[in-house]
This record gives sequence, structure tokens and C-alpha cells, in this order.
Amino acid sequence: MFTEIDTATLDEPVASRPSQKPWRAKKRIKGKPVNRAEDSCDTRAEWVSHVRRIRDAQDQAAFAELFQHFAPRIKAFLIKSGSDAALAEECAQEVMATLWHKSHLFDPARATVATWVFTIARNKRIDVLRKQRRPEPEDLGWGPEAEPEQDDVLALQQETAQLRGALTALPEAQRQLIEKAYFGDLSHREIASQTGLPLGTIKSRIRLALDRLRHAMN
Amino acid sequence: MSNKIKHHLTDDLLMAYAAGTLPEAFDLMVATHLSLCDHCRARAESFDAVGGFVLEEQDATVAMNDKALAETMALIADGAPVANPKRPSCSVLPTPLQDYVGGDVNDIRWRPIGMGVKQAILPTTGEATARLLFIPAGTAVPDHSHNGVELTMVLKGAFSDEVDRFARGDVEIADEDLHHTPTADISEDCICLAVTDAPLKFNKLMPRLFQPFLRI
Repeated sequence: MFTEIDTATLDEPVASRPSQKPWRAKKRIKGKPVNRAEDSCDTRAEWVSHVRRIRDAQDQAAFAELFQHFAPRIKAFLIKSGSDAALAEECAQEVMATLWHKSHLFDPARATVATWVFTIARNKRIDVLRKQRRPEPEDLGWGPEAEPEQDDVLALQQETAQLRGALTALPEAQRQLIEKAYFGDLSHREIASQTGLPLGTIKSRIRLALDRLRHAMN
Repeated sequence: MSNKIKHHLTDDLLMAYAAGTLPEAFDLMVATHLSLCDHCRARAESFDAVGGFVLEEQDATVAMNDKALAETMALIADGAPVANPKRPSCSVLPTPLQDYVGGDVNDIRWRPIGMGVKQAILPTTGEATARLLFIPAGTAVPDHSHNGVELTMVLKGAFSDEVDRFARGDVEIADEDLHHTPTADISEDCICLAVTDAPLKFNKLMPRLFQPFLRI
């Protein structure tokens, strides 16, 4: 409900905020993050370089691999959101084309590739299925001048993997509620029960990335 | 960017914004607030990360067409759609609002609704409505309550009511239980963005008679 103005829910204790110095894994193997979840985190971190290869070299092989991974998931996501298969196919292709065209806007210190692709797919769903505009916040000056530090990128990618681990460990019923919220099967008033997700750490990390962009703008 | 914002958006609104399930008027409110508030923007983007998780969990065996990749490469070869150049936020209207007003604060088409108060309805689709409100310095908006939820965010000046004082970037979230009489600060005219998913209920007869004409 809207009865309380509640900013505390996602705020973790001050002590657990990452310090300005980026958090580091205890040990690195060939420059890749350790502490990763058992699953495909390794691959997921690599998607960042795929997007960069598209941005820097219009690399079609990198795109084909991203396509193979994400296009079917986008299509499934859109079908679950109420689209028929033909429209979902068309939209999934458009989402992937947008990924190519906007590869220079992807900020790996703020989002994983999966998160970024989700936002593009979500916006496509609003445009096409709901025939509605989606107002977006003011752009922050993302560009070469604000290229993130590698440590910040790794930290965000690792923390997203940890979030994924935490969400996977939730009881099945709660996971299904989260899915329902993202498919619009719960009204925004009904999803109050979703709060309390373990988002404190990743929120702080994104906040640092935003501070860096604001600094680059000024 | 102001760090003085005291009244923020709720988790359920931010999650619904990330999920893309809000009516357009509420999306506009959230986007406007996020333009001014990096605290809430970071919270909203962490809900995007949950969306990334939901996407990753989708059934990867859903088949694309045999020629899907080639068709997508053809789409890419057609070139990027021309994006509208984004205006920087101005001192009163953050970027998302400028898109709806079609310009700056001087381009708002105000309509008087009595006692010096003016409003401008913004074009949004869906159940909810969005409007800008101009409240002259020192003026009170008539005592009213709400059938649904009303969010009011200050863009310029400040107002106070029974709850607290609200300045630029602050959002007041009012529901059925709140009867309030927002009064603009004496020192400056106040401009607000207000969105609601149901008509307001005025507690005195006269405003109630006018309500159908005000569309509020």
C-alpha cells in the first residue's frame, strides 16, 4: 500500500555499504571473478565483452552468441506477458537489434547484460503490447569520458550473481510471486509483499556508479 | 540534483515501474522523481536487476524462426531508429516532463481553476491522470480527500499540509485516509506534478460542483 513513505526497507546498515574502494574478490583467476555462483555466472560476465565487441568492432560473431542466448528468452518473456508467438518473435528480433544499436549506452558498472536486455524487452512490451509510452528518467552523461573502472564492473557483475543466487534460494511460492509482479499479474498495490528482497548491496553499488556519472557530468 | 529530498517513492511503485506495469501517468511521476533523486534511481535499477533474473529464468527452449538471426541482421542493417534529442533538465521541469509539456515551464498551458490555482492536464493513456498544478504563494488548495491514490511531487517552491512540508523533489503519497489542505509557502509560487488513479473528493460543496469541469 501507499500508506507509508518507506525508504528504509531496502536500506542496509551503513556498515555493509561498500566503501569507495571497490570490493575485491579474494583471488582472481585469469582476471575473471571468483566467488561466482555455480551456474553460468562465468558466461554472464563474458557477455559484457560481447557487447563491447559489438560497440567497438560491430562483431557479428559476438552478436550471434548473444542472440542465441537471449532471443529465445525474450520471446518466452513476451509470450508470458500476453503476446502471441508471431508478435513475440518480431519483438524479440527488434529487441536484439536495439541491443546492437544501443551497445554504446550499456554501462556494465550499473547493470549486467541480462538486466539491460530485460529493460529493452520491457520497454518493447510497453510500446507494443500496451501501446503506451514509457517516460524515462533524465539521461546521465554516459560516454567515453565516464568509462567505468574495471573493478567497478566486476563488483557489479559479481553482486548481481549473488543476488541471483539469493533469489534462486527463495521459497518457490515467493519466486512465483516475483515472476507474477514482472508479468503484470499483480497490481502495483499487491506487490508490496515483494519488498524485503535482498537488494541493499546492489543498490549501493549502482548508487556509486550514478555518483560517478554525476561527477563526470559536472 | 538535490540531496535534500526527504519524501521518496515506495518500493511497490519502484518495482512496478521496473516491471513496466504502471499506468503511464504513474510512470511519468516515477521518471520525473528519478531524474531528481539518485537514491530512488539506484533502488529502481536494483529492481531492474530482479527483472534481469526473471528474464534469465525464462524457458530457453522456445524456438526462434530458422532465419531469425539473419532477419535481425537485416533489421540492424536498416540502421538505428532516429532518436529524439534529449533535452537537459531545466531548473523547473525534469526531462521526462518536458516531453509531455512540449517545452519548458513557459510552454505550460495553464487553465485557471479558482483562487489563483491553475492546472494543466498532461496527455497520458490509461486509467490514471497526470496534471501540473500551479499554487500561488500562500494559497491553500481546498480541503480534499481521495478515492484512490494521489501522488504529488513538488517541482518549484514548496507546500505544507497536515503531514509535513514538501519541497522540490519530495513526493507526497495520499490515499483514501488522508484529508489534507496543501498550502503553498508564502515566499514563492508552487508548481507540482500530481497523478491520481481516481477522482478527488472535495469536502465542501462548491469545489464538488465544479469537479466535473476540473477533471480532477
